[in-house]
Amino acid sequence: MNAIETHGLTRRFGNLTAVDGLDLNVREGELLALLGVNGAGKTTTVRMLATLLSPTSGDAEILGHSLVKEAQAIKRLIAISPQDSAVAPNLTVWENLRLMADLHGLEPQRKAETMEQMIERFRLQEVLRRRAGQLSGGWQRRLSIAMALVCEPKILFLDEPTLGLDVIARRELWGLIEAWKGKTTILLTTHLMQEAEALSDRVAVMKSGRLLQVGTPKELMDMSGSASLEDAFLSLIGEEAQ
Amino acid sequence: MRSLIFARRNALEILRDPLTLVFGLGFPLVILGLLTLIQAHIPVSLFELPTLTPGITVFGLAFMALFSSQLVAKDRGSAFLQRLYTTPLTAWEYVLGYVIPLLPIALLQSLVCCLAAMAMGLAPTFRILLLVLGNTPAALFFISLGLALGSVLNEKQVGGVCGALLTNLTAWLSGVWFDLNLIGGGFKAVCECLPFFRAVQLGQKLLSGADGVALPLGIVCLYAAAAFAAAAVLFFRQMKK
Repeated sequence: MNAIETHGLTRRFGNLTAVDGLDLNVREGELLALLGVNGAGKTTTVRMLATLLSPTSGDAEILGHSLVKEAQAIKRLIAISPQDSAVAPNLTVWENLRLMADLHGLEPQRKAETMEQMIERFRLQEVLRRRAGQLSGGWQRRLSIAMALVCEPKILFLDEPTLGLDVIARRELWGLIEAWKGKTTILLTTHLMQEAEALSDRVAVMKSGRLLQVGTPKELMDMSGSASLEDAFLSLIGEEAQ
Repeated sequence: MRSLIFARRNALEILRDPLTLVFGLGFPLVILGLLTLIQAHIPVSLFELPTLTPGITVFGLAFMALFSSQLVAKDRGSAFLQRLYTTPLTAWEYVLGYVIPLLPIALLQSLVCCLAAMAMGLAPTFRILLLVLGNTPAALFFISLGLALGSVLNEKQVGGVCGALLTNLTAWLSGVWFDLNLIGGGFKAVCECLPFFRAVQLGQKLLSGADGVALPLGIVCLYAAAAFAAAAVLFFRQMKK
């Protein structure tokens, strides 16, 4: 069953078409990476699917709910970890997690359990009483994803989750995302080939707002006769592999 | 209920910012002390506590606009609001969540100003409580104005507009620094149409027990309602961007 089905999803900003007639399916429980260069339309797609931006035309079904007509119902099923860390800086790590759980109306018992689970999974114990604004970029990203997951979403949107992180923090975060695969449907945007290859079940390649190809990393490599996902990607978007 | 959850977060964000104490409380108290000191050394009654104290409480309320605008602008800039927009919070719950925590903070600030004035010689009377409560519409005006500006300007811009421009406008147009009758004419007429002077006038009347509370109260309430409506409209508009 598909968790997300988009039908001709389009978004224009004046004369610029950021997303152009997108038809994309994301299966329940899979991690799909939206891959593309800057300006490909990845973030705009995620912002539309996360109810942050209305489509100019087209629609999407999110777990059976129309994006255009049932945005409020969809909000109960999804969560997002935006490009910026998006944490409340003067609240502690624990207070940030509690805020998200409370806003989603989790029962006290459930709230305590999921918060405990997030603290353990994301190894937040050592920074639990520290204010989020005082944490390093890597810790803030970790908290950002934990805040998205604490409300037990059916679908999680991760918008460039490792942007600006050093290689160690990035690898750590990959491990945490990898461990979460299968429990929640995840739509991740990235322009890092390595990230898409390491984490995703399938990769959707976008260019200039249009979907070029969808498949597993291996399928994309086979399709283009490339030895790496990076070469396959360059081949798909029409660039010469160096 | 959800707006109260959001309000709790906003209260913590503001109260844990040291600038809140420095600007919100420290600065008005310093001004109160300085002007009282000046009054003690000049032969005319310019800054007597019964007329000065309501003015200083209103001047202090101008900082509420700075706090609310900075909080909203910061949330917008950090994408924190984007995250919250994917939660079941409704548009009105956001607006109330920003306004609710600042109202008690504003009234507490007025009360502290009055207590400081009492320590400097203001006669203790139950009318001080009336003055504090009477500041509610002015507090709502400033908080809403901040919310409106924070919805359209970035953090740096609101620092300039609310931190410098609005606090100065409040001071100069409210008749706190000087008696408006000294200038009179068009300047006085304009000031009388604005909420700054009327909020101070309301406080002075409540503190002294003088008649004629209805007009300043009505004018300040009108401005508060207009600012709240503008805040809601501008906040809803930026939600859709």
